[in-house]
Amino acid sequence: MSNGVSHTDVKVVVNAVGLTKADYRGNPSTLCQGCGHNSISSQIIAACYELNLLPEEIVKFSGIGCSSKSPFYFLSRSFGFNGLHGRMPSLATGALFADHTLRGIGVSGDGDTASIGMGQFKHLLRRNMRLVYIVENNGVYGLTKGQFSATADQGLELKSHGINPYMPIDIAWEALVGHATFVARSFAGDPKQVKELIKAALNHNGVAVLDIISPCVTFNNVDHATHSYAWGKEHETALHELSYVPRAEEILLEYDEGEVREVELHDGSMIVLKKLGQDYDPTNREAAMKVLEESNRCHCLITGLIYIDPNQPSMWDIYQLTETPLNRLREDQLRPSRETLAELNRVFQA
Amino acid sequence: METQIALEEQMKLSSKIVNDFSITVATVNGSGSQTSNSAILRAIFKMGIPVSGKNIFPSNIQGLPTWYTIRVNKDGFVARKKEADILIAMNPATFSEDLESLVPGGAFFYADDIRLSITRDDVVAYPMPVKQLIRQVDIPSYLRDYVANMVYVGILAQMIGIDLEKIRQALEFHFKGKAKPVEINFGVVSLAAAWARENLEKKDPYLLEPMDATAGLILTDGNTAAALGAIYGGVQFVSWYPITPATSLAENLQQYLPKLRKDPQTGKNTYVVVQAEDELAAIGMAIGAGWGGLRAMSSTSGPGLSLMTEYLGLGYFSEVPVVVWDVQRVGPSTGLPTRTAQGDLTFVAFMGHGDTQNIILMPGSVNECFEFAWKAFDLAEQFQTPVIVLSDLDFGMNQWMGKPFEYPDQPMNRGKVLWEEDLEKLEGKWARYRDVDDDGIPYRTLIGNRHPKAAYFTRGTGHDEYANYSEEPEDWHALLNRLKKKFETLKPYLPQPVEERMEGAKINLLSFGSTEPAIQEARALLQKEGIATDFTRIRSFPFTDRVKEICSRYERNYVIEMNRDGQLHQLLRMYYPEIASKMISYAYTDGLPLTAKQIIDFVLSEER
Repeated sequence: MSNGVSHTDVKVVVNAVGLTKADYRGNPSTLCQGCGHNSISSQIIAACYELNLLPEEIVKFSGIGCSSKSPFYFLSRSFGFNGLHGRMPSLATGALFADHTLRGIGVSGDGDTASIGMGQFKHLLRRNMRLVYIVENNGVYGLTKGQFSATADQGLELKSHGINPYMPIDIAWEALVGHATFVARSFAGDPKQVKELIKAALNHNGVAVLDIISPCVTFNNVDHATHSYAWGKEHETALHELSYVPRAEEILLEYDEGEVREVELHDGSMIVLKKLGQDYDPTNREAAMKVLEESNRCHCLITGLIYIDPNQPSMWDIYQLTETPLNRLREDQLRPSRETLAELNRVFQA
Repeated sequence: METQIALEEQMKLSSKIVNDFSITVATVNGSGSQTSNSAILRAIFKMGIPVSGKNIFPSNIQGLPTWYTIRVNKDGFVARKKEADILIAMNPATFSEDLESLVPGGAFFYADDIRLSITRDDVVAYPMPVKQLIRQVDIPSYLRDYVANMVYVGILAQMIGIDLEKIRQALEFHFKGKAKPVEINFGVVSLAAAWARENLEKKDPYLLEPMDATAGLILTDGNTAAALGAIYGGVQFVSWYPITPATSLAENLQQYLPKLRKDPQTGKNTYVVVQAEDELAAIGMAIGAGWGGLRAMSSTSGPGLSLMTEYLGLGYFSEVPVVVWDVQRVGPSTGLPTRTAQGDLTFVAFMGHGDTQNIILMPGSVNECFEFAWKAFDLAEQFQTPVIVLSDLDFGMNQWMGKPFEYPDQPMNRGKVLWEEDLEKLEGKWARYRDVDDDGIPYRTLIGNRHPKAAYFTRGTGHDEYANYSEEPEDWHALLNRLKKKFETLKPYLPQPVEERMEGAKINLLSFGSTEPAIQEARALLQKEGIATDFTRIRSFPFTDRVKEICSRYERNYVIEMNRDGQLHQLLRMYYPEIASKMISYAYTDGLPLTAKQIIDFVLSEER
């Protein structure tokens, strides 16, 4: 071998289910270079790989827009459905009923969620469908070349559209008010936090909303805008440093007593939150509202797990389905017997 | 004195009219008359006499006028008849109008607390002491209003000869065997019948006599039939949003699914019903479920279908099976929510932007509502495309006689689905949108398939055979034309037209959906006028070749439908321009079901 490395020495690194990281990749991205969305796709890949999830056990969903193209750029071995603008929640809800053993990842954007999709977004939260709902939030319409979205800052000035006169919609706030059982905010420029939040979200028994500020390098990377890299780096205040710990793993992280808060998920896994200055309790909805309101007032970007309620019943708990996935039931399990129809006919007869 | 003479003249002329008349009950909406009217209807049915019941009701919860019409006909002609022979007037607001609508010699039963004068001397008027009789019943006062309508049931039963025992049985059906309400209501019926026996003298000609014409038949509505048909078709996922007149379809699913579709061992559900936040979400869920491999459906009406159009277009293009029932009401726009029409045909045929086409099934009886409900799933899965079933309010919410529902005579057709073992045999080599069998129908895999090559990415954007994004002109052209080919493949699998011949017929009466009873009655009467007619009822779209063969036979095909523009007529002329001149349109819409008279008048005006 010319490079001096013998063939047998090449080590293929695999995870506990025998897959390489490449098995989690998607097709090459056609989004802009430096787009925050690509960074989030990478963290989805890393999270699934590190959690030892089989790609075949994940289903990807999206609506319409730049963000919604991204599921094609990760997890090629997972089924995906790129649906209609703002109506991915309904699509995902119906599809996931086909096989309750699967986990859903939905990727949306601020245009997709905060405008046409607001209704379905809110109703998804009410039902607590088991779905990771990521909003790649850049405050701007990219594919149609740079119009203000509903999450754009009031007073933001963009090249061809002047100054935005309207108040922004806050996705995390809407999620919290809408009774989401997992609400997080992160920043595409903070990959470690994004990854840990995705891991925790994937193991949450219900809907998990991740509002990820994901700068648009082409149309909205004005330094003073809250959806830019510069502003995000400058203003990010993490509520805590967090790690997701699967049930099987021992907690190896060492923190001084009194600095750590653990939240147990339904399957026994843990989210470990390391205190950063402030003493924040993410299971307290009132406190979560307060912290969001304060961050808006002081114009800073609060990131981390804002709220979690691991105990609410999910849609699976409510619907009581057969253990066999519905899409594998046989005809004799789906068509009632001849005798039952004869009985019904007797009731309607003269 | 003169009045009395006129009436006696009428009586002599008509003497006795047995098992051939119509009854209209005029009440205030929300007054609980549904139970009373259903009891009358089902009791007559149980006496063996052919009957139908139609509710002409307002879009209102309480307070506006509503009419229930019952057609009794010994020959089995139970289409709507415009004229009322017997009228039961319980609503002061429409009292005078109702009195005017009665035929000469008709019977007019009225609540005697309505202090309005009887302005006609050519009808028989019977006052009913509703309030007075109800006061004699020993029930809590809050229940009195609910059972007051049973007074007219009892009086009518006595005066036209409805068997009281049959009324009891009808109440048992209505209250699903619950003893207490049956007892209370039947008590009022008996009391009122006894009062009539003592106090009223029969002066009108209308009488019922038991027959044997309904033995073995069932009496039900199209929405119940559709729900049951879907259940026997193995429906797994229902997402819906309330809308008149489709609501009771989903509600029937909710009522019957828990009884018929729990796993016998575990008691767990093999179905899902979700009341969505709107029609946009209802169809999104159904498309998701259909994509995931479930027998998925929704039920709606025109305005809801407008909202569903975008997702159904995605369903057509990305080839997702789903079934949607359109229980038509009157459009455009909000239209007349509680009245019937057949105005969605051309909309549904091409629903969606771009080049789109849809399979439409058009049931023409409650039996076909049942049959097409299960068949729709087979067609949707076999051809991987949305199937729209066009019912209407007249079917959906009114009571029709039919044969007993027939158990599906074919096993389920789940279409071309590749599971893990199939992909192993293929060594993972497959493409979602490849036309392997040269029939335009590709193979699909379903979520949960653990084979590493099973997954594909579904999209509403242009795609190649592997479902990858493509803007290549060749890919787009090939894809759209394969979809067209699929629609050619499927034609022979669709329900063929129903055909009926008559000796010497030179003209054809052609229709779809709920208009058959009026047409059949018209044919019998036209025959008496010396005009023989054949009959064709189209049951699906795209049209099968048989439709053209039939229409070519006649110089004149009368295309009869309940809309303004003659939509079936439009489609037939568009697909068969060479025989367009043989098509004559009779299209009429006023919100009410067609009558035989309307059809006869039109055909006579053309033929003479």
